[in-house]
Amino acid sequence: MGEVLELRGLSRYYPAHKALDGLSLKILEGEFFSLLGPSGCGKTTTLRLVAGLEEPTGGRILLRGEAIEQRRPYDRNVSTVFQNYALFPHLTVRENIEFGLQHRRGGRPAEAGKRIAEVVEMLQLGGKQDRSPAQLSGGEKQRVALARSLILHPDVLLLDEPLSALDPNLRKEVGVELRALQRRVGITFLFVTHDQEEALSMSDRIALLNDGRLEQTGTPREIYQQPLTRFAAGFLGRVNWLNGTGIRPEATLLSRERPANALRVYETVVESCVFLGNRLHVETALPGGEHFIAELPCPAEGFQAGERVHVWWRPEDELLLPV
Amino acid sequence: MRQFESQRLKLRRRFGGDGLRALFLTPSAVLLIALLGVPMAIVFAYTFLTRGTYGGVTSAWTLENWQRLADPLYAGILFKSFAIAAVSTLFCLALGFPLALFISRAGRRKGLYLHLVILPFWTSFLVRTYAWMFLLRDTGLINTVLLKLGLISQPLPLLYNYGAVLLGLVYTYLPFMVLPVYATLERMDRSLLEAAADLGARPLQVLWRVVLPLSRPGLRAGAILVFIPCLGAFLIPDLLGGGKTILVGTLVQNQFTTARDWPFGSALSMALMGVVLLLMLPLARKDGPGGGDLL
Repeated sequence: MGEVLELRGLSRYYPAHKALDGLSLKILEGEFFSLLGPSGCGKTTTLRLVAGLEEPTGGRILLRGEAIEQRRPYDRNVSTVFQNYALFPHLTVRENIEFGLQHRRGGRPAEAGKRIAEVVEMLQLGGKQDRSPAQLSGGEKQRVALARSLILHPDVLLLDEPLSALDPNLRKEVGVELRALQRRVGITFLFVTHDQEEALSMSDRIALLNDGRLEQTGTPREIYQQPLTRFAAGFLGRVNWLNGTGIRPEATLLSRERPANALRVYETVVESCVFLGNRLHVETALPGGEHFIAELPCPAEGFQAGERVHVWWRPEDELLLPV
Repeated sequence: MRQFESQRLKLRRRFGGDGLRALFLTPSAVLLIALLGVPMAIVFAYTFLTRGTYGGVTSAWTLENWQRLADPLYAGILFKSFAIAAVSTLFCLALGFPLALFISRAGRRKGLYLHLVILPFWTSFLVRTYAWMFLLRDTGLINTVLLKLGLISQPLPLLYNYGAVLLGLVYTYLPFMVLPVYATLERMDRSLLEAAADLGARPLQVLWRVVLPLSRPGLRAGAILVFIPCLGAFLIPDLLGGGKTILVGTLVQNQFTTARDWPFGSALSMALMGVVLLLMLPLARKDGPGGGDLL
């Protein structure tokens, strides 16, 4: 598979700070690619630069090998699903969906009717077509926004935190649907999120951004298990740091007796032990005062605060940061 | 916050469930009833009375004032007034929308431009209208300059015609169009414009399909704010139109001044108000997004 989108040293500077500072990325055809990072890391800026809603200070954007960074937004074959969906309130669902077909270069395609029927069916919007956006639920609005963009068959679909406006208990479900939809249509998704769980669960690959710079790219497993930086390790999940070695809480083992043939063993004192249903969350303190957290699968025996226990782990579970 | 809450409760106790609402509404309600409702009732009563010799009314009841309205002369004047008000409104729409759009996109200069729009209100309306007379009359600035330059040999008839009236109305009421339109443009969600461009719409198409329809509440409010005073205007038609252009506003004014026929003037103004109310009813009833937000 070739790359559909390439960013080369893409930068966006504001007078006071660098929103994006030399980002280079290659996004492959048909990929679900996530831009992950804390707020202000430049992920939304990247998306807006690709869409043409902002102008880069420097760098190139290649869409199917063609430089598009100078083109106007209406002249780029990418489409954006906005964070607040940005549905036109004065148009019906159907008119919203048709909007792009009427304005894209080449006019309204002959198979417009077929395309509309296709996306309406795919996104289960049948029967909602004559409603106004104000009459839709959050999930429905999102599906209209998706339909409106997908109907244009963009080279890349840009999604700006599309789940954040949804009800928290709906997010996971919609995330799974989104992933399935992407598989079905085969269109490259560039997905912006600050939620590491979302990124891990949905993406083929993730680019982790921090402070306008690329921290790491890789598959969710790579980024989680082989982070290249302390920031990457910490952003994807909790880490216990001990003399430069990182251990994920779920890789940490805890026992009252000293394990027989473990290589890394430390004596700690339990500070708290919380039962979370599927796991135990145990916070301990090393003699030096460092905190060490263990997440143990349930059923596991509980521990008492003040109890002396041993923390240990298997060497292969250590996060090794390149020096 | 807590203090406010307790104050609220106290008021609620004192005034019953809607204490605050009653407290806030009473002054304006009293003012409206005393200064609008009562005078209007008096004017309405006048329409059924007979004129006094030197103005005022005598107590003989009659329907004659209403019957006189049927005279085609007055229908013609009313029609002409509507036409002028409508054309003025159209000009204000055509000039006001681009101006409001420009201001809403002006970034840091917005405040400056808005002040410039409001600036004319700092001087008296009468003075501004006289200023137009000085500009437009035969020996006024425009004609003098054109004559001196040799571009014309006769002064252009710029003053005392419908064109001058139209100019004066548009000039005076343009801010009433610009401000509400600006307010809707300012409130407009920028991401909608970005979405339109993202979906392939060029700037003019964005304007036509997104900006303009979403500005409708402001355009409607502006149209009402311009149309109604234009319809009743009497100073501008009088000063800039000379005696030649009789509009309904000047007609009403004449009844109360030179003609000394208060009852007929009252009937005319009541009729005018009735027509305007009938016209505005559909606008006020309009529901749904963007509708019904004015009345």
